[in-house]
Amino acid sequence: MTHLPFIVASYALGILIPGAYAIAAYARMRNARLRLAAIDPRQHRSAR
Amino acid sequence: MTGVDASSVVSPPPGQRSAGRNLHRFANPGRFLRISGAVLPWLAATALALIAVGLTWGLFFAPADWQQGDAVRIIYIHVPAAWLASGGYMALAVCSVLSLVWRHPLADLAAAEISPVGAGFTALCLATGSLWGKPMWGAWWVWDARLTSVLVLFFLYIGHVALVRAFDDPVRGYRAGAILALIGVVNLPIIKFSVDWWNTLHQPATIKFTGAPTMFVGMLWPLMICLLGYTLAFVAIVVARTRAAVMERRIRGLLMARAAEDTAA
Repeated sequence: MTHLPFIVASYALGILIPGAYAIAAYARMRNARLRLAAIDPRQHRSAR
Repeated sequence: MTGVDASSVVSPPPGQRSAGRNLHRFANPGRFLRISGAVLPWLAATALALIAVGLTWGLFFAPADWQQGDAVRIIYIHVPAAWLASGGYMALAVCSVLSLVWRHPLADLAAAEISPVGAGFTALCLATGSLWGKPMWGAWWVWDARLTSVLVLFFLYIGHVALVRAFDDPVRGYRAGAILALIGVVNLPIIKFSVDWWNTLHQPATIKFTGAPTMFVGMLWPLMICLLGYTLAFVAIVVARTRAAVMERRIRGLLMARAAEDTAA
């Protein structure tokens, strides 16, 4: 029985799950920064 | 705390100033945004580099196990995920104490952001455990004490996520979530010692604080690098999510203030 598919699946999950969280967090942070800049540029500068 | 003006989350309640002055210094959302904004890119870059090095080393250069063969390479994902599942819950419990005892405003936000990330890493631990268990034990899942207690941890995370969002008043949601998180802490020693207390299919700890690791050093190094890399990645994700939550709260506060001004005018 080859273990390769189990290893590949584990590494794929190990990259995809944290990667998805990281991309989602970055996108959420960027959206919040842009919205804050649009509402109040002074607050936006302090948030950078 | 929806609708609360941004300035109101800066200062702690007057009666608690002396008790937790040092803690409240770091509870200032403005200061948090400044410090985290400077640290986050370095944190993310270091995490990415360490994970890339650790996984490449583990996959291509670390030796195979004499019994398990190449399947042992799953350890470089599974062990960091398992460590962060428990470590993340510990961080959630610390935030819950800060929230309940000192009404730490950032602790509420941090706790709400830790639990979804912790749930993801616990799911990763369970999934990689299954992928390791199938070729080694011949089963995707067994109702073993270690596996079951980690599954309970996953449900605790999911319960926290649901409970925090279940109330119209977010403060009540944070308090209820904090109580659930503290009750769930009892599961952490059960996870840790389940392999010693019961006769489990899961192997006992390979790396111990009290003794030398029972692992070949050529496997230990990439494992330590992956552990550090994934831990930094976990911290970076939580910090980024907490930054977003602080800014979103400010946006809500500003919009509410403007709406109140428009209504008064």
